[in-house]
Amino acid sequence: MATAVRAGMRGTALVRALQELLGAKKVLGTPEELLIYEYDGAVDTATPDAVALPESTADVSALARFCYEHAVPIVPRGAGTGLSGGAIPVEGGVVVSFARMARILEIDVPNLRAVVQPGVINLHLSTATAPHGLYFVPDPSSQKACTLGGNVAENSGGPHTLAYGVTTNHVTGLELVLSDGTVVRLGGKAVESEGYDLVGTFVGSEGTLGIVTEITVKLTPLPEDKRTLIAAFPTMDEASETVSSIIAAGIVPSAIEMMDQLATQAVEASVSAGYPLDAGGILLVEIDGARDGLDDVREKIEAICRAHDASTIRVAATALERERLWAGRKGAFAAMGRLSPDYYVQDGVIPRTRLPEILRLVKESGERHGVRIANVFHAGDGNIHPLIMFDLRNGPDELERAKETSIEILTACVEAGGSLTGEHGVGMEKNCYMPLQFAPADLAAMRRVKDAFDPAGLANPGKVFPTPGRCREFSLAARR
Amino acid sequence: MTGILPYPNADAPSEELISRCVHCGLCLPTCPTFAVLGVEMDSPRGRIRLMKTVWEGRVSADAPAFAKHIGQCLDCRACETACPSGVEYGKLVEAARSQILAATTRSLGERGIRSAAFDWLLPHRRVLAVFARLSVTAKRLGVPRVLRATGLRGGARLAEMLELLPDSATMERLDTVIPASGPVRARVAMFSGCVMGSVFGGTNAATARVLARNGVEVHVIRPQTCCGALHAHAGERERARELARRNVAAFAGEEVDAIIVNAAGCGAAMKEYGWLLKDDTAWATRAAEFASRVRDATEFLGDLGLRAVPSPMRVRAAYDDPCHLLHGQRVREQPRALLAAIPGLEMVPLEEADWCCGSAGTYNVTQPELARTLLERKVANIEKTGADVVVTANPGCLMQIQSGLRRAGSRTRVVHLIDLLDEAYRAG
Repeated sequence: MATAVRAGMRGTALVRALQELLGAKKVLGTPEELLIYEYDGAVDTATPDAVALPESTADVSALARFCYEHAVPIVPRGAGTGLSGGAIPVEGGVVVSFARMARILEIDVPNLRAVVQPGVINLHLSTATAPHGLYFVPDPSSQKACTLGGNVAENSGGPHTLAYGVTTNHVTGLELVLSDGTVVRLGGKAVESEGYDLVGTFVGSEGTLGIVTEITVKLTPLPEDKRTLIAAFPTMDEASETVSSIIAAGIVPSAIEMMDQLATQAVEASVSAGYPLDAGGILLVEIDGARDGLDDVREKIEAICRAHDASTIRVAATALERERLWAGRKGAFAAMGRLSPDYYVQDGVIPRTRLPEILRLVKESGERHGVRIANVFHAGDGNIHPLIMFDLRNGPDELERAKETSIEILTACVEAGGSLTGEHGVGMEKNCYMPLQFAPADLAAMRRVKDAFDPAGLANPGKVFPTPGRCREFSLAARR
Repeated sequence: MTGILPYPNADAPSEELISRCVHCGLCLPTCPTFAVLGVEMDSPRGRIRLMKTVWEGRVSADAPAFAKHIGQCLDCRACETACPSGVEYGKLVEAARSQILAATTRSLGERGIRSAAFDWLLPHRRVLAVFARLSVTAKRLGVPRVLRATGLRGGARLAEMLELLPDSATMERLDTVIPASGPVRARVAMFSGCVMGSVFGGTNAATARVLARNGVEVHVIRPQTCCGALHAHAGERERARELARRNVAAFAGEEVDAIIVNAAGCGAAMKEYGWLLKDDTAWATRAAEFASRVRDATEFLGDLGLRAVPSPMRVRAAYDDPCHLLHGQRVREQPRALLAAIPGLEMVPLEEADWCCGSAGTYNVTQPELARTLLERKVANIEKTGADVVVTANPGCLMQIQSGLRRAGSRTRVVHLIDLLDEAYRAG
């Protein structure tokens, strides 16, 4: 269990001190301003004592040193699109927004590298490198808005991680500010560096070890061509089996995404891309690579779909059509407002072959608790995303039922040999559930890494590790 | 802290519309003010959150911070295009402004200016025409320079406003019915607008000519008035409703296929009359029926298809989407199709064509610094294209971009799409 943060400087005294330290223009501190930094893309909220808007590594370093000396929690924030409360200052303190550190510093075409500041938007990097025939592979669904700093913190994935890997596979160097303000550089443009793989340790550490101020990423040549198809199935079972059959046939598409009927309805209402509304389950499959042979692979995939009773199969005929299909899929979570004002999105991972039974369990669990669930997820990776809907305005009971459903689903994922989270991070949303997956000794080993970098426990406190206060309820429930 | 004031009246931002926002953040990168200011309170998501916190009693409806951030919104509605959940942000922000107006007090001077603009100038076309002509004359006589020389802040602001005006203001009186040439394909009623009618009268005449040449019979309705869009943007809901009722009444009984507007801002407002008057039992149905017939001139012509081929024009043209056409009315393809129909015209892509130029109704008057920053960004993008003409379809955008290009010493011309089509037809 994590230790609580010792009480240090807070409130207006902190705001004034930071204004002195960084300059008034780099600090927000009025009640209305602070309220507007209490949320991100998920459910949990907490109001910070101050918001800092650094413009350089030196600013971040000065800020970290100050926080270290005055026992102030420090919580980095990219675009605030996260789905596990990573940017929520649950113990108060200062939120560090990277909105003003958003420059692409270098595009090194011959070495296939780019150096960026953390506030650069994921898609903006690929747009900037496209004229060179290059792109940044990880493409979280929020890629139009989310930042690369946030991607590094959460080790984000996306639909195309099936073939190409997640963020950590595409980051080779980091500049970091440690919790006492020390600036260190890890890795660089080279693929391998000597000593410990600290870049690997920091990617996915959710701001609990230090703050990233510069990122060196791999760029990848754009594929020569792509084929994108959607197939409609009578039920989610057939769609799930198709996924396993495609992989079993030795085909690794760049993406295989699945959607149920409820998710499809919200998506189609948002993009009008021609997603069939009457299907029980839909697969969106993309293959890419050299143009030669691409259509042979497509035909094989179509044949497998038909063998599993696909009613319609449609191949995107134009780039625009492909874009529309992807816009629908990538906007799926964001389209949930059409169905429900609040939702939990779960992120469990399971062995692909167990998809049909887990999806049945998700459905049963939702029915038993009386909550609606939509499914839209990375089927190829076995990374499910049940969207568990509720309405906070209806009081705590609905929220409780949504939470109970979440716990059941996550427990089932872990028991099936999977994990709690594939790409959204643990944050403050799943930290209480970590003991489902890790033995006390495993968690203690991770804890020693945290303590080595952040001995005062100020770096994004209350995340990743179970906390005594917030997790007590869950421990009691688990004991029952 | 003193007492928290709730929303003062029933025009408050709808909780139902607010609840559609799942705060995913996809709107952030499309918001021009977020791009410039970089803080969450000046993003669509942050502004919706502010509206929500007022409902929750955590922020007061008369809080200066609430007025500041809601006031800094362009109401360009780019966030609506970006939103997968279909949050109707424009309706929310206009509602929030109406509440700020009701909850706070203004100085005598500001009330005077508001009343002069909203009650006297905009709804009275003749008064507006005289005012426009006087202003244009003042501008040409170098009054802005004199105003600046006074060194007063108000003087500089007034100078900036005068410089927005074109070099001449035209008001053309159109016949009641402009017959279609050839077989009649459609019959329409034309909305002539306030600024369009008194400053860009030439464009109204051009609209009628271009429609007629393409087989459309055009009816000009006399008792119509200002559409009320500027009133609604500024939170003047009741004044906007009164104008809407007068227009609905003016066009009632016209057996036409469409009501044609050539100002994107007006069209967006008129398409929402049904919503504006939804709680007015006597008018709701008629207003909704009126709204369903409104079409932008470029939308209507694009959908109908040109019957007469324009004569060739050797120009490089860039198209800048008016926000209230693209985001407010979701009209994107038709204007581009019309441009593509002009032989010889070369289209050049304009970066950030879907971004606001900073005009945004009265924004360039109420938020001059931000408006200037956005205009400079627009001008820089235009200059990168090397276009001879920038084509758009809204009076505010025309004036704003024209003034920006003039200040930058650019030779690129700004023209309304309908005027360009008319030029092409008349050259033939």
